[in-house]
Amino acid sequence: MSNVDLNNCANCPVHNLGNLKKLGINMSNFDFVVALAGNPNTGKSTVFNYLTGLRQHTGNWPGKTVTRAEGGFEYSEKKFKLVDLPGTYSLLSTSTDEEVARDFILFGQPDVTVIVVDATRVERNLNLALQILEITDRVVICLNLIDEATRNGIKINERTLAKELGVPVIPTAARQGEGMDELLKSVFDVASGNYVCKPHRLKSNSLELNAAIDRLSGEIALEFPGLPNNRWVALRLLEGDQSIIDAIRTGELGNLKKEFVIEPASAETELER
Amino acid sequence: MSDNNIKRESILATANNLRWEVGENLHDTLMESIYENATTISNKTVVFPDKKPAFSFDRTMDRILTSKYLGFPIMFLILGVVFWLTITGANIPSGLISSLLVDTLHPALKNLTDSFMPWWLSGVLIDGAYLSMAWVISVMLPPMAIFFPLYTLLEDFGYLPRVAFNMDPLYNKVGAHGKQALTMAMGFGCNAAGVIATRVIDSPRERLIAIITNNFSLCNGRWPTQILIATIFIGGVAPAYVAGLVSAAAVVFIAILGIALSLIVSWGLSKTVLKGEASAFSLELPPYRPPRVLKTLYTSLIDRTIFVLWRAIVFAVPAGIVIWLVANITIEGVSIANYFINWVNPFAFILGLNGVILLAYIIAIPANEIVIPTVLMLTVANLGLMHIGAGSGVMFQLDSVGDTASILHAGGWTLLTGINLMLFSLLHNPCSTTIYTIYKETRSVKWSVISTLLPIAMGFAVTFFVTQVWRLIIN
Repeated sequence: MSNVDLNNCANCPVHNLGNLKKLGINMSNFDFVVALAGNPNTGKSTVFNYLTGLRQHTGNWPGKTVTRAEGGFEYSEKKFKLVDLPGTYSLLSTSTDEEVARDFILFGQPDVTVIVVDATRVERNLNLALQILEITDRVVICLNLIDEATRNGIKINERTLAKELGVPVIPTAARQGEGMDELLKSVFDVASGNYVCKPHRLKSNSLELNAAIDRLSGEIALEFPGLPNNRWVALRLLEGDQSIIDAIRTGELGNLKKEFVIEPASAETELER
Repeated sequence: MSDNNIKRESILATANNLRWEVGENLHDTLMESIYENATTISNKTVVFPDKKPAFSFDRTMDRILTSKYLGFPIMFLILGVVFWLTITGANIPSGLISSLLVDTLHPALKNLTDSFMPWWLSGVLIDGAYLSMAWVISVMLPPMAIFFPLYTLLEDFGYLPRVAFNMDPLYNKVGAHGKQALTMAMGFGCNAAGVIATRVIDSPRERLIAIITNNFSLCNGRWPTQILIATIFIGGVAPAYVAGLVSAAAVVFIAILGIALSLIVSWGLSKTVLKGEASAFSLELPPYRPPRVLKTLYTSLIDRTIFVLWRAIVFAVPAGIVIWLVANITIEGVSIANYFINWVNPFAFILGLNGVILLAYIIAIPANEIVIPTVLMLTVANLGLMHIGAGSGVMFQLDSVGDTASILHAGGWTLLTGINLMLFSLLHNPCSTTIYTIYKETRSVKWSVISTLLPIAMGFAVTFFVTQVWRLIIN
């Protein structure tokens, strides 16, 4: 232990977090896109406001955010665009708010998806988290409301959780700003490739199913080159998801990606109030 | 069929064929495996307390706030207290602001501009634009600065989902979606936001009902009108020591009437043009969270108060110019405003309103916030109250609610006019922002038009009915 770097603290990115620069709606020339997903009423908007310095209206009730709100922040000299998605319990149904969330994760190809999980209701929140992990590799779990969980006597072994899910798990209390430094560091590491996620994948796929997915995703890749998550799209097709079928039929599937990347970023906060 | 289309269709055909091979329970199998995985992981990582705490604050609160018998009375009581605080608290600061902006600054500005501008230019700018802005600020800022923080504190605490929970069975009974209670609560802030919030409703039928009826939630822009008119006309007839309580009760009554009408109209729609069964859903009651008082005060002041005030000012300035113009451009010695007012007066009389109110609602289509200022400016212009203002279309010295009252009384207003204005403020077309939002959300001209005209028709019907009954009883 003789060669301990005395500058450890100063070099540690967490320490440098004082450098978090809240950019509000200024999102020009961003390096990374970060999506905020999660069940309703888990504090996504609170996390969003904390990082961007915006005042996206927060309210203690589910279903408050139905559109995407976007904002920016700068951390470790990289600019991030943060997209606050509507809270949903699943990505498999058809309401407009779920579609907004699903389409963005599926086609918007965020560099990192932060899944905000309510620490007092881990099991139910995991249903959505597992679905998102099927779609994208690069995920950070924000285990929010950890203070409420502690108050209720709930103990969570976040290291085991991280191991099980194969992605970083950061306990936070966003309302008090606790754990936000570590969250930022994790987002940065995953975005920049310093941390490589090994996401949990559902294990029940039968041989027939795998073969079917392989074949179908191959065909999709030919028709829609450059589309991420061919396998997920294939799975949805096998399930007969009407909106995905429509997107293929009209060719919209190919356009979705482009639209999400090009669409000028603007915080649609005005009508949220 | 183009080449691309053929390829796409062949993908879909492949999917259709493969679907048979993988079996039809794919969706259920997937969901099951997701749930199983979630349970396994959760069991490995989460440790729950051995014993449930003996006293759970949340449960006890919920038992009271959503109880069958106490739920609604408590809801009305909370609303009543909020309005009472607003009404009693707003009067004095209102007077202070208006004495500064209207009594002191206006003559000063007028003198200054008169020295180098032609009379009509200083008229349009100072007597029109500046005065309507000054009036909007003094009428709206104090009640909003009290009402919005209180409302936001309730929201932050977690009370709104409880209101939705209480309302849910009612909406279900009328064939609408329970989540409509949430979008309705959102509409109490802003109808345009409420209309967007209906996206949480899956069924297009129920979503349309929620969109059409959202206008029955009194919005930001209409609360000040309700509060002011209730204070003058309802509180005015009550003995002084209960005036505040009576006015608050009147506003609560209008708000509840709005909720009742939204239920009735939902019922009517779901039984006729939008037939169907109500779909089930689960509403999660979030935990109560101690409101962060200071932060709430700050954000509600910035987000809501300043936001709404700014919107009102933005619309009040051009409206002020329009008012000055219609009050000063004359045809054969009679102003355009007077022409219109005299022309619609017979019709307005049947509704227990007056021509000024109808003209004000036309000028105020862009924003409900400016109805009261417009009414006052038009009343003065119409009466030619020269001794109060400096000329037609000019605002006057109003240093308290009492002075507003004297203007309105001079304009021939009675208790009946006040009641009808409150009713009409609840029941009239949505503001232009909301209409546009409805069109954006529904993509249907037909439903946008229906959402716009239905409330006006109801407003005419209700005020007509109230007026006729009133006149039968009083005279």
